[in-house]
Amino acid sequence: MMPMQVPADPEETATSRPWLDDLRADGARRRRAVADLHELLLKAARFEIARRSAELPHLRGGDQEDLAQQAADDALMAVLRKLGDFRGESRFTTWAYKFALLEAAVKVRRRAWQGREVPLEDEGWAVLANPGSGAGVGAENAELFAALREEIARLAPRQREVLVAVTLNGVPIDVLAERLGSSRGALYKNLHDARRRLRQALAERGFRIGDGEEER
Amino acid sequence: MKRDELLDRLLGPGVPELTCEECFAELDRYVELVVAGERADDRVPGMHPHLEGCPACAEDFRSLRDLVTRQGD
Repeated sequence: MMPMQVPADPEETATSRPWLDDLRADGARRRRAVADLHELLLKAARFEIARRSAELPHLRGGDQEDLAQQAADDALMAVLRKLGDFRGESRFTTWAYKFALLEAAVKVRRRAWQGREVPLEDEGWAVLANPGSGAGVGAENAELFAALREEIARLAPRQREVLVAVTLNGVPIDVLAERLGSSRGALYKNLHDARRRLRQALAERGFRIGDGEEER
Repeated sequence: MKRDELLDRLLGPGVPELTCEECFAELDRYVELVVAGERADDRVPGMHPHLEGCPACAEDFRSLRDLVTRQGD
């Protein structure tokens, strides 16, 4: 689905215009703007890495700073490459921040999973195989979870792989994308299709899904 | 994992939602609407269910919202 397009807010355009003019200028003016932009992105990358530091307990302060610098460098390239995509519907700084936060978050997730095996299927199945205990569900739901197990088994292999890894095993989708040579968007499409298929199959079996009314 | 959480994770929001690419394209505008207390979900339909269904995009949203909020303090 496509979001509604709205006209740019004149006030936001006014705050963003100097950034755009300077980044599109030549010579020293552009170099100064690029340096300022890198500083802005570095601030965002440090913010993200600091809030995720618990995911990287083994990473020293210097290593965290290296990660922030790498994220800011990559975000700078992305922002300059996509400058023409900026529509002025938010402040330029907010638009630019999201690139730095994304780069930093992906780097942290990948570093946190570095050297770890990505559990694709087996571990996750255990949660569904014994829903009366581990999943915290009662015996009255045994039928629903038995149906879910059967329908998950019927999914296309890639859909099942992504569904189980992301939803049951807690593998970050960026990490999974890197391991499978894919992208977040492509894998989320697999996940979305798997979920839609499961919902449809459960409905055909007579289960009502939604708002806690999963009953026949 | 609780029963409802498990079902939410497995089955997702079950309503039309943005893709990850559309979410990223709209994230800055959506965050500014949220921070301003405006009707973000009306202005960017499909964003909220996507954030419910996609843990990675939901983290990106929270990070940008918190950073923008902090800048505005």
